[in-house]
Amino acid sequence: MTTTALAADTPLVIDGVTLGSRLVMGTGGATSLATLEKALVASGTELTTVAMRRHSAQGADSVFAILERQGIRALPNTAGCYTARDAVLTAELAREALETHWIKLEVIADEDTLLPDPVELFTATEELVARGFVVLAYTNDDPALARRLEDAGVAAVMPAGAPIGTGLGILNPHNIELIVTRAGVPVILDAGIGTASEAALAMELGCDAVLLASAVTRARDAVGMAQAMRLAVQAGRGARLAGRIPRRTLALASSPTQGMVTGSREEESL
Amino acid sequence: MILTVNGETYDARADETVRDLVATRTGRDLGPDGRPSDGGRLGIAVALDRAVLPRGRWATTLLAEGQQIDIVTAVQGG
Repeated sequence: MTTTALAADTPLVIDGVTLGSRLVMGTGGATSLATLEKALVASGTELTTVAMRRHSAQGADSVFAILERQGIRALPNTAGCYTARDAVLTAELAREALETHWIKLEVIADEDTLLPDPVELFTATEELVARGFVVLAYTNDDPALARRLEDAGVAAVMPAGAPIGTGLGILNPHNIELIVTRAGVPVILDAGIGTASEAALAMELGCDAVLLASAVTRARDAVGMAQAMRLAVQAGRGARLAGRIPRRTLALASSPTQGMVTGSREEESL
Repeated sequence: MILTVNGETYDARADETVRDLVATRTGRDLGPDGRPSDGGRLGIAVALDRAVLPRGRWATTLLAEGQQIDIVTAVQGG
């Protein structure tokens, strides 16, 4: 019996930590904590992003309690930060609160696009790496910037497929593939995924993992979509490992031409 | 003694520590190390004038006039 490439695949490792799933879930956008918890379980994720905000008197349950209960590793983000200074403070607060030195670094340029501000992002990366953080940097789909971030010491680069929450998929697959080809650290496609085929495409392009939130939490059936995403990431990874056929401009018959009972064109022309 | 907690005005007792404040806000009993007495993790960080105050110092840090305290936790986010 032969073993398929997918079955023999090695798991994703970040900062020496083995992750059993290549789907990283975000928690933003869910209408209820109960639905969120079911979706997280259905997705099979082992790493989940959270934001850091002022504590307010809340019900008995919380996102933190869900992650503790399900044994899912928390990946705090710096969402909402526009400057390196704010991102560093948020990261320090996250490290203290959640007792993890992992940080999804997000420094945005403006609220309409929520696209990363490359200059502040790079400045924050250098500062956080110097402070001992394991930085997973949310970045533009810019191969040059991805290289600079890697040189600055990030543990993973997380290029956006499309702006956060748009569900536009992967706007520049060529750039994502370029980033993957030249990266020495894991590449996690982050933001923009709208449906399962787009998550599969990210993996087919060679990404090591996919991070998504809205595509699941805002779907009509969040739990159903979480399961679909889990399968899509696995399918895309399997296809990547198995190797897709090259694209051709003209058809190539898959059925033999020999042995046909109808006359061939050559015979007709005689 | 007036200070600011999570952006709102707060009138603290004379001998109130950061640990007292966090314990009241979270409804959890906290040990001298700032960790819940019942075990488990609290998932809370405190910033004092925009710098992290490690939980190990909550019990020995008295609230003071004019301080800006932020108590943060994990919430839903991408």
